[in-house]
Amino acid sequence: MATIVVQRPKLKWHEKAFISTLWKGLRITLGHAVRMLRGKTHVTMQYPEQKWDEQLPDWYRGAPTLVTDEHGRERCVSCQLCEFICPPKAIKIIPMEIPSDDPWAKVEKRPKEFDIDMIRCIYCGMCEEVCPEQAIYLRKDYAITGESRAEMVHNKAKLYEIGGVREGLVNKWNELK
Amino acid sequence: MTVLLGSIDLTFLAISLAKIVVLTFMVILPMVAYSVVAERRVSAIIQDRIGPNRTNIPTSLLGFKKDFSIFGMGGLLQPMADGLKFILKEDFTPAHVKKFYYWLAPALTMVPALLTCAVMPFGSELNFSFLGLAQPVKAVIADLSVGPLYTFAIASLGVYGIVLAGWASNSKYPFLGAVRSSSQMISYELSLGLSIIPVLMVFGEMNLGKIAAAQDANGWLVLPLWGDGLSLVRWVLWIPMVISFVIFTVAMFAETNRTPFDLPECETELVAGYHTEYSSMKFALFFLGEYAAMIIGSGLAVTLFLGGWSIPFGPVIGLGYTPGATPLWIGLLHVATFFAKVIGFILFFIIIRWTVPRFRYDQLMKLGWMWMFEIALANVLLTALIMAGANAMGHPLR
Repeated sequence: MATIVVQRPKLKWHEKAFISTLWKGLRITLGHAVRMLRGKTHVTMQYPEQKWDEQLPDWYRGAPTLVTDEHGRERCVSCQLCEFICPPKAIKIIPMEIPSDDPWAKVEKRPKEFDIDMIRCIYCGMCEEVCPEQAIYLRKDYAITGESRAEMVHNKAKLYEIGGVREGLVNKWNELK
Repeated sequence: MTVLLGSIDLTFLAISLAKIVVLTFMVILPMVAYSVVAERRVSAIIQDRIGPNRTNIPTSLLGFKKDFSIFGMGGLLQPMADGLKFILKEDFTPAHVKKFYYWLAPALTMVPALLTCAVMPFGSELNFSFLGLAQPVKAVIADLSVGPLYTFAIASLGVYGIVLAGWASNSKYPFLGAVRSSSQMISYELSLGLSIIPVLMVFGEMNLGKIAAAQDANGWLVLPLWGDGLSLVRWVLWIPMVISFVIFTVAMFAETNRTPFDLPECETELVAGYHTEYSSMKFALFFLGEYAAMIIGSGLAVTLFLGGWSIPFGPVIGLGYTPGATPLWIGLLHVATFFAKVIGFILFFIIIRWTVPRFRYDQLMKLGWMWMFEIALANVLLTALIMAGANAMGHPLR
């Protein structure tokens, strides 16, 4: 083992007696204090009153939601791929058959129930990535709160309420196709 | 028996009781609480943060338009919230502690800190002649002529609280904290006591009230700018006085376990030091005892070196103290001056805490025994030589 000789700085007498070092330290702390008191320091955002929502990037991954298309049709066809891919198993889907007298009968399936447990969700976005129908999207909502576990489970109605409408993207069920 | 009862001056008793209640419970304890807030806000300002700025009484829950806050400034009710939190927390006593001493220790930290304010002159005198009191009331609880001795005797009891806490906790980190604390206090009490000997030599007086009055008439010890303070002897004596002041301040930091000398609690090494095993209000007593000791220490430093309640250039501009005939408004102004100085000194304590990193243990001991102790001793000699020289040349100090 080679011996490493640590080079200590040679201190002057006033540095050893903590005189000039104390002065240096005070200059730093008081400098910060003065800048702060004059309002020149950018400090923490006062969260509930000030929010960062306008600056959220387009790719921000907030709460996963379901969306409808321009005809008001549920995009989700209950293929359950998101349920299978979801790493923390937060998604639970119960599919149902679309009755034959429905105008969208050719889609065949839709979710009867679609629950996302927001306590389990890790906002990874895999559901959005895997969805073949562009039906599930991560929106910019991030403050998901509730007073009980049951409240933290987003059911289908809630998911559509947050998600809203997304137009275009998938046209295979349209006349456009 | 009747003679004994007759010898008790009821007016004196009532006045003393009023002074105790007002000073200790209505001034010192709120100051303790608010110095915690000041600590948090000032540290926030230094570290580019905001600090606690939201605590107020949630009157909006009761249907009022806004929450209630003092001066419209949020965060000033933080001590109340903190106190409520401490009281409501579970007061947990671990099974392995020595119960009696474990319960005794927090009280032993808080009580000496509050006891020492008895000799602190917080003002000159208050003339309550409109209340029918013939004599003006001295603004000090106990007008003892052994002021600094009493303070040091009681203040050094504070270490027993820490040592007992460390011992009774029956756990290694508190024990290490207590050991450190006792060795630190022994080392620094020496230089603390020695540093005020030159001061007492200059005044020839142990009564803190008279020391403050002498500084009011003849210039503060470290700022002799009026009265006899303008003489050559006082300005030559200014050098040992400043050395005394510096040593006293540093030793006071060590005595009150403040950073850079907070080795007894030393979070990075000893979990929380001597109060690791304490919770809820018992922990709060340690915490508040530290701040109370800090306030008393500031009060002592202000009284000995910075003129106590004296207003700068007081006698020159007519705001001085005339024994027995000070108007009430000047008396009140003196009280305000004293607390303004103490608050300034506490702010200094706080700024130093957030500026200087903690000393290593051997550095602490080396500083105490190899620098401060010797300098304090030499300082006593220097003061004595200067005073003897002044006497020999026919310009005695008194």
